[in-house]
Amino acid sequence: MKYLPFIFRNLFRKKTRTILTIGSIAVALFLFGLLVTIETALNAGVDVAGVDRLIVRNKISLIMPLPLSYQERLSQMDHVSEATFATWFGAIYQEPRNFFPQFAVDTETYRSVYAEFQISDDEWQGFVADQEGAVVGRVTADRFGWGVGDRIPLQGTIWSGTWEFNIRAIYDGSRAGDDESQFWFHWKYLEERRPFGKGTVGWYTVKIDDPDHAVAVSRAVDERFANSAYETSTETEQAFAAGFAKQIGNIRMLILSIGAVVLFTLLLVTGNAMAMAVRERVPELGVLKTLGFGDRTVLFLVLAESLVIALVGGTVGVGLAKLFTMGGDPTGGMLPVFHLSTGDVAFGIAIALFVGIAAGSIPALMAMNLRIVDALRRV
Amino acid sequence: MVSIDGKQHSGSLIRVRNLNKIYHRGGETIEVLQGLNLDVERGEFVAFMGPSGSGKTTLLNLLGGLDIPTSGTVSVDGDEITSMSGRNLAAWRARHVGFIFQMYNLIPVLTAFGNVELPLLLTKLSKAQRRQHVETALALVGLGDRMKHYPRQLSGGQEQRVAIARAIVTDPTFLLCDEPTGDLDRKAAEEILDLLTQLESDHGKTILMVTHDPLAAERADMVLHLDKGVLVEAADEAAAS
Repeated sequence: MKYLPFIFRNLFRKKTRTILTIGSIAVALFLFGLLVTIETALNAGVDVAGVDRLIVRNKISLIMPLPLSYQERLSQMDHVSEATFATWFGAIYQEPRNFFPQFAVDTETYRSVYAEFQISDDEWQGFVADQEGAVVGRVTADRFGWGVGDRIPLQGTIWSGTWEFNIRAIYDGSRAGDDESQFWFHWKYLEERRPFGKGTVGWYTVKIDDPDHAVAVSRAVDERFANSAYETSTETEQAFAAGFAKQIGNIRMLILSIGAVVLFTLLLVTGNAMAMAVRERVPELGVLKTLGFGDRTVLFLVLAESLVIALVGGTVGVGLAKLFTMGGDPTGGMLPVFHLSTGDVAFGIAIALFVGIAAGSIPALMAMNLRIVDALRRV
Repeated sequence: MVSIDGKQHSGSLIRVRNLNKIYHRGGETIEVLQGLNLDVERGEFVAFMGPSGSGKTTLLNLLGGLDIPTSGTVSVDGDEITSMSGRNLAAWRARHVGFIFQMYNLIPVLTAFGNVELPLLLTKLSKAQRRQHVETALALVGLGDRMKHYPRQLSGGQEQRVAIARAIVTDPTFLLCDEPTGDLDRKAAEEILDLLTQLESDHGKTILMVTHDPLAAERADMVLHLDKGVLVEAADEAAAS
C-alpha cells in the first residue's frame, strides 16, 4: 500500500500515453463485452433448452409443416409423456423493425410442456377462454407498454390481413436467459382464419420421461413417420437451438478469432507503453536500486503500473459494455436475451489482468535485471 | 585514522583489502583497481581525487555495494559486503549507505518530501514516523519550507540539499558522495560543502567523497589520490612528483 502513491505518480508521468493506453484497453474490453453478449444471446436457446424435450420437425425443412394428426400418434409413443405443437406466425406490429417471435400454440398442452414460463392460473384461464387471447413475454410487454386487457393488432405476412388479439396474460421466465419476448395465441384462431395450410402445424415439442431416452425416442419417432408424406427429423431441443444459431454462422469461432486478435493487439499496445516507460526511467530505476530497493521490489513496481493500467482500462471497458447491455436488445427483437452476465464481467476483468501481467512482465524483468552501475551511467 | 597500508587496524569502520577490479572492453583488459587497501575509521571525512578514468567512481561503487570486485574484500562495520547476495546487499545499502550524486538523481515526479521519503518506504516505520523523519532531514538541510516543491521547482543547490536529506534520512553508517559539487556554481558548492562538513563535525557522519575540486577536497580530513589503480596519500604524491 505504501508504494501506491509512487506507482500512481509514475503512471501520470506521461498522462497522454497512459490515458491512450487505458483507452485502448477500455475500447477492446467494451468490444469483448458486446461480442460475448451477442454470443450469449445467440446461444441463449441452447443454454436454457430443456434436456427432456425433443423437437420434431419436417425432414425437408423447418418451414415445411407437419400434420396435426401426428400429435396423437406422438403422445402414444413409449417414453413420451406429452406432445405439443406450435406454428410460426411472423406478423408485424406497426412496423417491420418491431420484431418479436409469435407462435400459434396448442392451448391444452403448451403450458405444461414449457413449465419454465410462469403465468398465473387466473390469467392462463382467461387466455384459454378467449379465442382471440394472447400471452406475451415480459420483455415484449415492457417494450411496447402492453398490459393485460389491451387489444393488439398485428399485420400478417404469411397469412395476410389484420389480426387482432387480446392480451390475457404476461409470462416471466424462471431462469436467467429464458426468452421473455415470445407472443403466443390460439392455434385454433389461426386455423379458422387462414386460407391455406389448414390441418398442419409448424413443429412438435415432445416431452419425454427421461433425458437418457432422448436418442432412442428420436430414432423411434423418425422411423415411425419414415416413408410417409411428412417425414420427420427429431432432435433434442438443445441440438435444435444450436442448429438454429449455426444458421447465422459459427458465431463462437468468429468471436474467438476477433477476441484473439484484440488480445494480441492489446498485448502489443500495453507492452510497448510499458517498455517505453521503463526505457525512459532506467537511471531512476538505478537510483531506486542504489537506495536499497531490491530487484523484486523494482519488478513489482513496474508490474503494478502495468496492472493498474490494465485494470482501469478493463473495468471502464467492461463497465461500459454492462451499461450498454442494460439498455436491452438494440436490434429490436433479434436478440431477446441481451445481457452481460456477472461471470462474463469477471472474465473480462480477468482478461484485462492477464494483459496487464503479460504486457508488463518483460519490461518488469528488464527493470529487475538492470545493473546499477549501467543504469547510473545513463544519467 | 585513514590508512592505505593494508596492515591490521583495530576500530576501522571500512576495511578494504587487496581490491581488484578489471573491465573487459572490446577484447581489451583494463585493470582499474590493483590490490587496493584502505582503512577508514568512524567519523572521518575522506576525499578521493585523481584524473578521469582513474577509478574513483569505481572505488565508490565497490564501497557502496553497487558493483562487485574482481577480487579482494570490502568490510563495513564487520560485514563483508563482497560476499553478500544481491538481495542482502540491497538491504545492507538501504540500512548503511547514503548516496549523493553529482546530478542529484532525484525522482522528478516526486516532491522534495516524496524523494526524501523514498528510502524510508523500505523500513517498517509508520506513515507518521516517516513524515517526522523526512521533516527533520529536510529541516537539517535548510529546506523545511520546500517540502512540496518538485525538483524542477528547485535550484541546483536546493536539489542537492534534497539529495543530501534523502541520503541521511535513514541515519546511515556512512555517506558516499560522487562529485557532489560538480554541477554547482561556487556559492552553491560552498553551501553543500558546509553542509557535509557540518554532518561530519556535528553528527559524526563518516563521509567518503570523490571530487575533482581541490577546494572541496580541502574540507576533508584526508585526501587520497588514485594513481594507476592504487591509492596514495596527497603528501606522498607531492613528494613523488
